[in-house]
Order: sequence, then C-alpha cells, then structure tokens
Amino acid sequence: MVASDLLVQTGVVGAYLVVSLLVGFVAYRLTSRDAEDYYLASRSLGTVVLLFTTFATLLSAFTFFGGPNVAYSAGPEWILVMGLMDGVLFALLWYVVGYRQWLIGRAHGYVTLGEMLGDRFGSKHLRALVAVFSLFWLFPYVMLQQMGAGEAIVGLTEGAVPYWAGAALITLFMILYVGLAGLRGVAWTDTIQGLFMLSIVWVAVAWVVSAAGGLSTISAGMAANTPEALALGGGLYTPQYVISTAVTIAFGVVMFPQINQRFFMAKDARVLKRSFALWPVLVVLLFVPAFLLGAWAAGLGVEVAEGSNVIPALLNEYTPVWFAALVIAGAMAAMMSSSDSMLLSGSSYLTRDLYRPFVNPMASDDREGWVARIGVAAFAVLSFVASLFRPGTLVEVGDTAFGGFAQLALPVMVALYWPRTTKLGMYAGIVGAQAFYLLHVFLPPVTVRGATLFGPTYLGWDFALWGMGLSLVLTVGVSLLTPAAAGEDAGTFAVGSRAD
Amino acid sequence: MTRPKTDYLWVGVFAVLVTFAVPWFMWRDATVWAGLPVWLWWHVGWMALASVAFYLFTRGAWDRGMNVDGEV
Repeated sequence: MVASDLLVQTGVVGAYLVVSLLVGFVAYRLTSRDAEDYYLASRSLGTVVLLFTTFATLLSAFTFFGGPNVAYSAGPEWILVMGLMDGVLFALLWYVVGYRQWLIGRAHGYVTLGEMLGDRFGSKHLRALVAVFSLFWLFPYVMLQQMGAGEAIVGLTEGAVPYWAGAALITLFMILYVGLAGLRGVAWTDTIQGLFMLSIVWVAVAWVVSAAGGLSTISAGMAANTPEALALGGGLYTPQYVISTAVTIAFGVVMFPQINQRFFMAKDARVLKRSFALWPVLVVLLFVPAFLLGAWAAGLGVEVAEGSNVIPALLNEYTPVWFAALVIAGAMAAMMSSSDSMLLSGSSYLTRDLYRPFVNPMASDDREGWVARIGVAAFAVLSFVASLFRPGTLVEVGDTAFGGFAQLALPVMVALYWPRTTKLGMYAGIVGAQAFYLLHVFLPPVTVRGATLFGPTYLGWDFALWGMGLSLVLTVGVSLLTPAAAGEDAGTFAVGSRAD
Repeated sequence: MTRPKTDYLWVGVFAVLVTFAVPWFMWRDATVWAGLPVWLWWHVGWMALASVAFYLFTRGAWDRGMNVDGEV
C-alpha cells in the first residue's frame, strides 16, 4: 500500500461523509421538535424523496457487499431473488400493507406500527410487544451495517486501516446524524445518496467492462472459469431457496421499522401510486449492475481474501484508486443512510411505544427528544460492540434479521383486513411465531428418531417460512376461538365509507 | 357484495407477475445473448412489464380493494 493511495482513500471517504453531515445540518435548521415533524417530516414527502428514501434504506451493506459476495461464490441468480422479492412482492406489499396503513395513519395520526395496533386492539402491551420484537431484530441489522463499513475500509485500504476503525467511524456518524437531523435530514441525504449510488454503480460497470476488454470477453471468461454461474440455478440456488429467501425477506422488509414508518409519510395517494409503479425499474437499475460485478469478478479470476468483500477487490484491480474509494465512500454512505433511518425509527418505537406509555406518560417533547437521542446512542454503541465479534457473514446476519421481522408480517396483515381479528389472536400469532423462530436461530440442530429439529430447513424450505405459516394459523385460529375484548375496536381500521 | 371482473383480472395479473419473476422454464439453461445470460434479459424485461402493469393498476383499480372512493 502506497502512502499517497491511503491519503486519497481516506480523503475521499472523509469528504463524502462530511458533505452528508452538512446536509443534515441544513435539515436540522428546518425541522421543528414535535414528533410528527421529527419522525415523519409532517407526512409531507413527495414521490422522488419517498421513493429514494425507501430505496436508500434498502441500499445497505447487504446490497453492496453481501449480495455481490454471494454472486461471486454462487453465481448471479441473486438478481432474480431480488427481482421476485423487491421488484414484485415488495411492490405488491407496498400497496396491500403500505397504502392501507397510510389511509389508517392519516385518519388517526399514527407514527408507529405498534401505536396503530395498540389503538385498534385497545392494548398498550400489544403495542409494546411489537416495539420490543422490532427493536430486537433491528439490532442485528444495524450491526450488519457496522460490520459492512468495517470490512469496506479494510478491503479498500488493504488492511492499513483496521476493521474496528471503519465500524467506529460509521457508528459515530450515525449517532451524530440521527441526533441532529430527524427524518427530513435522513430523507434528503437518502435521496442524494440513492441517486449517487445508482449512477456510480453504472460507472463502475462501464469502467470494469472496458478495462476487462468488453462484455463478450468477460462472458467468455465466465464460461471458461465459472460456467456454473451462467446457468440458472444449481448449487446454492434451489427453487426452495429462491422462493423461501424472496418471500421471507420481502415480508420482513415491510415490517422493518424504517420501511414501515415510511408508509405513514406520503403526502398524498398519488405519491404512493407513482412509487409503486416505479419500484421494479429501480430494482433492475440497482441490483443488476451491483450483483453482476460480483459474478464478473469470479469470471475474471479476481482473488478475494477470506473474510473480505468482492466489490473493493474488483475495483482495486480494474479502476483507479480514487474511483474505488469513491464507490466505497458511497457504499458506506448508503449503509449510514440505512442505519440512520433504522435508528431514527427505532428511537420512535422506543419513546412512543415504550417510554411514554410505561415510564413517563407526562414527558415533555423536549424530554422525549433526549430519551430518543440517548436511546439511539446506546443502541448504536451496543451494536458496534457486537459487530466487533463478527458473529456471521453479512448475508447470514441480514437473513436472520429479515426472517425475524417476517414473523410479524402476517398477523399485521390479518389485522389490517379482517375485522374478526382479536387481541389474543394477535398475541398468539406474534409470540408463537417469534418463539418458534428464536428457537431455530439459537438452538443447535438436534436429531430425534431420524428427523432433524431446529435445522435450517424442513423439506428444503427455510424455517422462517414455516414460522410465517405458523403465525398465520395462530392469528386466525385463536381469533376465531376468542371473543373481542372490551376496548378492541375494529372500526379503527375500517377505512372509507363505500358500502360494498 | 359483488366484485367486478376486473378485480379478479388484477389478482390473476399479479399472480402471473409473481410466478414468472423467476423464469422457471429456463432452469439450468446457460444460453448467453449479448454477453449476458438469457435468463437475465428475461429479468430485465419482466421488471419493465411489471412496472407497466403496476402503472395501469394505479390508473384504474387502485382503490378497489380498499373500500374507499377513488381520489386523485
């Protein structure tokens, strides 16, 4: 590693982060301190900003490092998983869950998912339960961004800057950013970063293609070195894997605090409609180039050291130092924008669903604001410490978090559409599925009379999918068996007045 | 309550969009066209198609399933 290279790399990364912080300052000046403005930018987001802020939240370490790593080792079929998951399933859920939540949220002024459910079922304990499980699964996903940033810095500087420093840097920026800016700042930087990442990924593709001698050369290289990567399916990619992964992640994403909260933020229905129709196009524009880069690296014979990521390795080989640094800076910024959205939403769950109802109902807005900021700092520091242990690969950690959120999705959807849903049904669905899922995450597989329990799959299907099925059966079954308690009001979710 | 035919039509359209987001009939196929696997071109085309279908849905049927009167 040449010293001047290191200077260029750290300079580019540092400058990018500082610019993001400046945008946060401007937004801070424009944000008032009341909750609806701080968390939802007063439900005022237009199409471009809503679309990109949701999109940028998906632009995470998973997309830039985890996904391309899988494409490198197992072939680019992840693109199809993303297409099914994000392009089609998530878009449909955007309508089915998102539009309905927007209608209900607009009528009643809700800020969080737990608040909406708690009000409908007349139960602050249900509200807290949703918040606690959401925060629990948010933890590994924030940690994933810190791991990604640490690995990015190591990969870029070839180890000159250590892993913990990258993770610490992003933690610091996250805390500063959320503390300062509120949702408006997050949404603005998300838009800038989303546009930036989208363009830079395509520039990276063009650069690698031309430096490697054209698309046909790369394709020939893949046919020679990794012929398996060109064929659809095979190896890791079984039909069960593709479907399980796409379904659990798509439903999980909908329950992510930072995504779910965005359903409350649109200015009007037109914004939601436009975003819905544009979604599949954005998915193609981002994921095709990002994952192809990973697959090409394998075809071109790029060596990736154990425990590091393919994108920095590929760029260091085929593009100049400053450009590779710019892409990594962009990716880190994307991770930051994912995490600051997560932390902001997480802090709203903490203050509105836990602190206010249970600890201090009379807290002033100012005091609530400070609880939120301290909560964010504590959460980010804890996940930073956990990230130092690197408990799994990026994809494993991400997958576990998504699966955990996916267990919430079906009970919520049942509640949104089925007036017969009862509080006990919700408890059964949520607690039952979470217990099932947690046992599978934390217990080692055991074999009882030839059948494996707590293994990764049953009959080839991911346990997260079985957990979702269980959540549906429990929610519907228990609702049918129990009467609605006093305080439950199905009318809360009845939107519109048309009699049909 | 009667649901017009268009509601069922949309459910069908969405089911097809979901089902063939992965081109199952090309499973194990490694044909390359213009430097990329054909199944990848399918993906690009399919997402474009999905986008058009979603756009048409927002134009005509958006509020059908929500029991609210249409608003712009």
